[in-house]
Amino acid sequence: MSKTFTVFKREIAGYFATPVAYVFIVVFLLFTGITTFNIGSFYERGQADLMSFFFFHPWLYLFLIPAISMRLWSEERSSGTIELLMTLPISTTQAVFGKFLAAWCFAGIALALTFPIWITVNVLGDPDNGVILASYFGSLLMAGSYLAIGSLISSLTRNQVIAFVLSALGCAVLVAAGSDWVLNLVRSVFPEWVAENVASFSVQAHFDQITKGIIDLRDIVYFGTLLVGCLIANAITLNASKAD
Amino acid sequence: MIEIQNLTKRFGALTAVDDVSFNVGRGEVLGFLGPNGAGKSTTMKMVTGFLDPTSGTARVCGHDVTENPIAAQTKIGYLPEGAPLYGDMTPLGLLKFVAEARGIPASKRMEAIDRVVSRVHIEEVLRRRIDTLSKGFKRRVGLAQAIVHDPEVLILDEPTDGLDPNQKHDVRALIREMSHDKVIVLSTHILEEVAAVCSRAIIIAQGQLRFDGTPLELQAMDEAHGAVTLTLDGLQSAEEALSKIAGVARVEALEAPDGHSRYRIYPLESAAILGGLSTLAHERGWEVDHLSVESGRLDEVFRTVTAAGSRS
Repeated sequence: MSKTFTVFKREIAGYFATPVAYVFIVVFLLFTGITTFNIGSFYERGQADLMSFFFFHPWLYLFLIPAISMRLWSEERSSGTIELLMTLPISTTQAVFGKFLAAWCFAGIALALTFPIWITVNVLGDPDNGVILASYFGSLLMAGSYLAIGSLISSLTRNQVIAFVLSALGCAVLVAAGSDWVLNLVRSVFPEWVAENVASFSVQAHFDQITKGIIDLRDIVYFGTLLVGCLIANAITLNASKAD
Repeated sequence: MIEIQNLTKRFGALTAVDDVSFNVGRGEVLGFLGPNGAGKSTTMKMVTGFLDPTSGTARVCGHDVTENPIAAQTKIGYLPEGAPLYGDMTPLGLLKFVAEARGIPASKRMEAIDRVVSRVHIEEVLRRRIDTLSKGFKRRVGLAQAIVHDPEVLILDEPTDGLDPNQKHDVRALIREMSHDKVIVLSTHILEEVAAVCSRAIIIAQGQLRFDGTPLELQAMDEAHGAVTLTLDGLQSAEEALSKIAGVARVEALEAPDGHSRYRIYPLESAAILGGLSTLAHERGWEVDHLSVESGRLDEVFRTVTAAGSRS
């Protein structure tokens, strides 16, 4: 456990050692702002909630989260530091979780820095802060799932661009599984229960539930399973291929 | 301390390390020699737990590296080939990280770091980004991280590769200094390095163990070991007379500068021929310009040993 924290500390310090972290945070805030106000019509809706803010998160994270996760293991491979890390008396699981938690924490910091919009909506009206808190929680959970997928894919290649593209694609499949377009396509070929199953694999459906303020165990289990499952797969693939 | 038994690593059809066995004990400095791609790095990666062997075992201080990697890795300090380091960190940050990961208690960490920093002389770059450091400094930071926990077993993959002669000298001095209470295994393809720092040499080629002995034994394998090179003033035809000295196997005439003659005299199995030679020179009234005894050319031996086909 303490070794996980050792890796975590090194990683999180690494984010802020270069301007990349600050660039990322600025881009993150810029895009959440644009989607909320311009596309989501925050003011025009005239409602004291953050639906227009959270609505776009599953899509925004498609390219923002892989931008964090792409370097997790690819960079270790391409620079050769994976040999340094993996010959320290740290287990692969500790290294995987330490790196993941640092990335998640960093994503959490970026998300937390959107707090002015929460203040704004409280100044303008009287929103249900419970729903907003649940939505932030759901958004963080979803970011964690995307990161776990990205971390797994990053461990399979030494090329960060490939890691980015494949991670974005992987997450996109999970989001799109809940879209009407995909579901109608499935319905046209398969019976209804297949479509329902496909929809239940979608990040969108589970995230939508949470943003309504309903924290259902099923949604938590969904994200938790996705997250932990990917990280365990990550540790297994790394153990098998760390020197390749 | 290091016990390697029938260690084998295959990558698809390629056998990188082929049934290698040897032991190394405390106080030994083992030079690991071989041409590029011979399997040196692969062997070291298996000993440090980075690569799993296809078959065979590697044990470090009694711990099987495959079964109990963490226990083995705790005993090891390792400098991977090319000394990969986190470029966005400072040497100080990196050493703190490694010291913590190595389990040095917080109260003793700075003391341990101070000790290695002064040992490898990186005081002046301690707070600069590793990316911006010269190759020599990077290598020294790599060495520092390998010895920060004062390991019982030190494994260095080409520790002096790419360093200038002064830096090489410093690194060798450091290795000698640490050798008395540790097991040190270093790989190199620089032969003088083996004679300079190692108490034992192992040559592998095509993944197989070809030689295991002291550097002196290695030199003795050269045909020219113990041969005498003699340069005489004036043009002489001394070949006939020289070959009649007791204990001489054969005489070879070498090229010589104008007005000189030069011969190399090969003795039979470590026979002493210098006495007979000087008597002969005295009798004939030769003016001896230069005389030297060959200690054996490591590169010759290296070529012979590594070029030989598989021993089978």
